[in-house]
Amino acid sequence: MAKSKQEISRETFDYLVELAALDLNKDEADYLLTELNNQISAIQELEAIDIDEDVPPAMHGVSYTPENSPPLRTDDWIECEDADAIIEQSPVMDDRYIIVPDIPHTTLE
Amino acid sequence: MQLCDLTAVEIRDHIISKKASAVEVLKSCLQRIKQVDGRLGELESGPEAKEDTERVHAFITITEDTARAQAEAIDKMIAEGKDPGPLAGIPATIKDVFCVKGTPSTMGSRILANFNSPYTATPVARMQSAGAVVLGKVNMDEFTFGSSTESSAFQPSTRNPWDTNRVPGGSSGGSAASVSAGEAPVSLGTDTAGSTRQPAAFCGVVGVKPTYGRVSRYGLIAFGSSLDCPGPVARNAKDAALVLRTIAGSDSRDATGANLPVPDYLKLLENEIKGKRIGLSPDYFQITFPNPETGKYLQQLVPKEIRDAVMKAADIYRSLGAEIIEDVPMPNTCYGVPVYFVISRVEAASNLHRFDGVKYGHRTVSETGNLKTMYAKSRGEGFGLQPKLRILMGMYVSAAQYSEQYYKRALRVRTLIRKDFEQVFDRDGRYKLDALLTPTTPTTAFPMKAVYGDSVLMQYADQLTVPANHAGIPGISFPGGLDADGLPIGVQLLGPDFSEGVLLQLTHAYEQATLDTDWRKISPAVLREVKDG
Repeated sequence: MAKSKQEISRETFDYLVELAALDLNKDEADYLLTELNNQISAIQELEAIDIDEDVPPAMHGVSYTPENSPPLRTDDWIECEDADAIIEQSPVMDDRYIIVPDIPHTTLE
Repeated sequence: MQLCDLTAVEIRDHIISKKASAVEVLKSCLQRIKQVDGRLGELESGPEAKEDTERVHAFITITEDTARAQAEAIDKMIAEGKDPGPLAGIPATIKDVFCVKGTPSTMGSRILANFNSPYTATPVARMQSAGAVVLGKVNMDEFTFGSSTESSAFQPSTRNPWDTNRVPGGSSGGSAASVSAGEAPVSLGTDTAGSTRQPAAFCGVVGVKPTYGRVSRYGLIAFGSSLDCPGPVARNAKDAALVLRTIAGSDSRDATGANLPVPDYLKLLENEIKGKRIGLSPDYFQITFPNPETGKYLQQLVPKEIRDAVMKAADIYRSLGAEIIEDVPMPNTCYGVPVYFVISRVEAASNLHRFDGVKYGHRTVSETGNLKTMYAKSRGEGFGLQPKLRILMGMYVSAAQYSEQYYKRALRVRTLIRKDFEQVFDRDGRYKLDALLTPTTPTTAFPMKAVYGDSVLMQYADQLTVPANHAGIPGISFPGGLDADGLPIGVQLLGPDFSEGVLLQLTHAYEQATLDTDWRKISPAVLREVKDG
């Protein structure tokens, strides 16, 4: 898509990227900003739809009724078959501890 | 015909009656994979060779040793007179979105390339318990974000067995291509906007999107949690029914699973078509799409060949005693893609925050000062462009200041899309439909690289499939002929909640009525070469 309203500025984009914790190179950033604005243009038509006040939002298509909903599970402890297989997926480990770099601390004012 | 070209039901019959062993069937599939698949998808794939452009490349991982062990176990059970299960010895491929214990479960992404799942997804576990022989994991769009499989981090990406210069569709491109090319009779895919139906249409096979909640999502790496549906890909309705019967049903590990009994879909196949009410909607015979040059939205009819295939199917159903109801209004169909741009991105952004290089997956090896920079570098290196785009879009449209304008509005339009279906399927309403008959896709398979990169145009490939995901209803795509380029045309049936049995029955009836048509005698191009060679 060549033409689109540039709703998202570079400044807003950079803020989003920081929130999303994504380290981007310049080519990636340029592509993503262009496509993001194209997608925003593609959803503008939603604003033009005449929706009655009483139309509720749908979080799911299929309604959950007592007939089709699963019962709540009992609050039971279930032993993990192989906890080590899960822990060992961590890229950096030390004696079953997951190691991460320093956690930045911010003092709240 | 090779053993690998038999349907799943035929393979099981061969194995049970000892006409062939499970190991012989497995060998036949492995031989076919060797003939047509080419090199496996990999992260550091190097330059594309000419040979790469002539192969299918369905697989990321082939689990030959475990498949052989599973096949030998089936043969042993049969020798001992034990029941080997309803999927005994049937080879299956699994989209790499599903966790399978002890195998890489990559999601087609660098960020999960090193992830060996410690557990198995419920639908896969049910197939294995029923005797299926899992051949391996097949390629897909990265995190399922695409309609061509080209966005996978594992290259070469899958190509269409009917013409390897064309895409197989996506995101379950590896599933559809592997079934089409005879590498396996069935595959397990997922459908969030059309991801089993669209590739099934492009590759000339059957793809089922069950009702949301019909099949457990436990062990499925999440993308759009209110939309994702695991479903079978097969060469005909009977095989799809066999697999769906196995994988469907409630699961204590998925709180969104429907607590309803699973019908015997195989038995339902032979029910009468007479009296069924099948609708045709003009809203499914036109497409709205953005002009790539101007960005302006255009409306046009779907190509005549595709319309003709759907009308031919309607004629067949009429001849079998069904009532065809024309001009069924589905006015909110055109909002399916814009709504999806919002809802799916919000859900994707939420689901993809968990990939941070701490507990599993890719962690950067570059120097990082603190945890925040480690997150950003790991995610920056691990995610490809499409996941990054979806995360950013999802965060933007759900931000406090835009949420009313975009996200909450999209959820309300979703209600309107659902209402379209409720009205036409209402037993006391005007239309009382059992199913809606539509094209699956606005085009047949498009050339590789023709659309990739244009994230908006690519999304419009799902225009006729995505409304079913918003509504949660079931859908099925089945082959309805070939176009002038010899490419498969997909025909779609959509039905009320939990009506998979009727959709499979209608598909089966169409297959039986068209068994002798000329287009059914034509094989995918890669198989013609195998047979000629």
